[in-house]
Amino acid sequence: MNWLTPFQYDFLLTAMWTSALIGCVCGLLSGFVTLKGWSLMGDALSHAVVPGVTLAYLAGWPFSVGAFASGLLAAGAMAFVKVKTPVREDAVIGIVFTAFFALGLLLISIFPTRMNLKIIVFGNILGIAVEDILQLAIISVVCLTVIVLKWRDLMLFCFDSNHARALGLPVMWLHVLLLMLLSATAVAALQAVGACLVVAMLVIPGATAYLLTDRFGWMLIIGALFGTLTGFIGAYASYFIDGQTGGCIVTLQAALFVIALVFAPKHGLIATRRARA
Amino acid sequence: MENSPLVLEAREVSVTYPNGNTALRDASFRLEGGTICALVGVNGSGKSTLFKALMGFVKPVHGWVKVNGDSIRNAQKRSWVAYVPQAEDVDWTFPVSIHDVAMMGRYGHMGLMRIPRAADREAVRVALERVGLWELRDRQIGELSGGQKKRAFVARAIAQGGRIILLDEPFTGVDARTEADIITLLQELRSAGSLILVSTHNLGSVPEFCDRVVLVNRTVLACGPTEEVFTPENLISAFGGVLRQFRMDSSTIQDHDGQSVTVLTDDERPLVLGKKGHIEYLDRTGREALISEREKEEQK
Repeated sequence: MNWLTPFQYDFLLTAMWTSALIGCVCGLLSGFVTLKGWSLMGDALSHAVVPGVTLAYLAGWPFSVGAFASGLLAAGAMAFVKVKTPVREDAVIGIVFTAFFALGLLLISIFPTRMNLKIIVFGNILGIAVEDILQLAIISVVCLTVIVLKWRDLMLFCFDSNHARALGLPVMWLHVLLLMLLSATAVAALQAVGACLVVAMLVIPGATAYLLTDRFGWMLIIGALFGTLTGFIGAYASYFIDGQTGGCIVTLQAALFVIALVFAPKHGLIATRRARA
Repeated sequence: MENSPLVLEAREVSVTYPNGNTALRDASFRLEGGTICALVGVNGSGKSTLFKALMGFVKPVHGWVKVNGDSIRNAQKRSWVAYVPQAEDVDWTFPVSIHDVAMMGRYGHMGLMRIPRAADREAVRVALERVGLWELRDRQIGELSGGQKKRAFVARAIAQGGRIILLDEPFTGVDARTEADIITLLQELRSAGSLILVSTHNLGSVPEFCDRVVLVNRTVLACGPTEEVFTPENLISAFGGVLRQFRMDSSTIQDHDGQSVTVLTDDERPLVLGKKGHIEYLDRTGREALISEREKEEQK
């Protein structure tokens, strides 16, 4: 067996670097998602983009435009229902995202396009089309730039939004910005691992990094590295074990999370047991 | 502008929430810098709504709040409004150090990317030394004691250079020593010309360190010096039947007890009112003028 074989195939090479890039963006954002308590929101948005993706393919638009619009519409719908009714937030999220996902499935079944059910559920990083790669790259670079420029404001928004407001920071806008970043990365991750596993990419890197450090800046860096490496290695390994790419990436992430959970120097199970003894 | 004396004025402020509930109606008062003012009222009295209106978090449907004749929004942009949250509103597991928290006070002084400059680092160092947390600056905030946690957020307000400092229930869950430490800090900030607003339901501590009181029940019932506002009538109209009373004259306390009745409570200081409804203070020292005045009344 030749360890370098995957690097000789263009489609595998593409899969590896796009997975790494998407992993990087998701890992970076996951620091905010886990601390803000938006895991369910990430899951919701990754499902809510499906009708938009389908309609965009039908209309011949770039899929990301449709997905993004659909994700923001879902976020808006959740905010609207939450403000106007006494129904609890988790129930509202549950209703809205399943409604959007159901509509997406319905559209796919009625109007078959290049976007089939298998791609939605499992992702399509090995068969990704060139124009889709371009969109992923643009989404990723824009998200990375925004986070690098604004991470301190977003951190303050997650930690103490009242203080941010007292300083005259545009808190509403920061909220929307974080939702937009989440929608955009959900769209990108959908291609890599499929709708069901997007939430893993948006939560596991941040949660692992959280166990390893007490500083937010380091948490973002560790999360991003974690996402990049697992994305790359997961795609690479999927060639050898002939496994589904999304499954490889997320299984690897989960395994590393378990290792951190047990062995993390301060917050790991062993360390906390030792501290208590 | 920076050095002009501070004036915070609310005029006929009414706040109605989207669900139609009017939490506050026609609230008016005026406060100046160099003051520690208590915002007193029961839960649901509109106290926290007034607090939010002063910080610019809710927009009045009627009336206005102004700082030196200018909008709250502009005061915020100058980093004049500092906020010390209630302990239970803070996520203590968040991965930030004391130093990080104090640095958050400097955001308004920084550029778009919020990269700290030398002046910001210096302000944070001074603030942390002032509250006695400089040595612990790299600790994650969850690893601190109740008093240290509170002081970390006061340090943030100091680093910010806030001229109006709002504290939400600062004494909930802190011991008596910490309470005294924080009061000393607030008195220093008052001397520097800041306006300190303390939202509290702990009546007993108010006369000990607040020179003014805003009494809230759906509107501002009274605003003024503590001795004038803390009358039995005002307190009953603010608190209704909520207060527990212990009236000396109808109690079993007799003449032979003299003046030596000891009042103990578990976590909150009791508010003790004398025979004519005037406030009794914890310590005689520093109140000699008051005592001699009352002695004169006695002799008449």
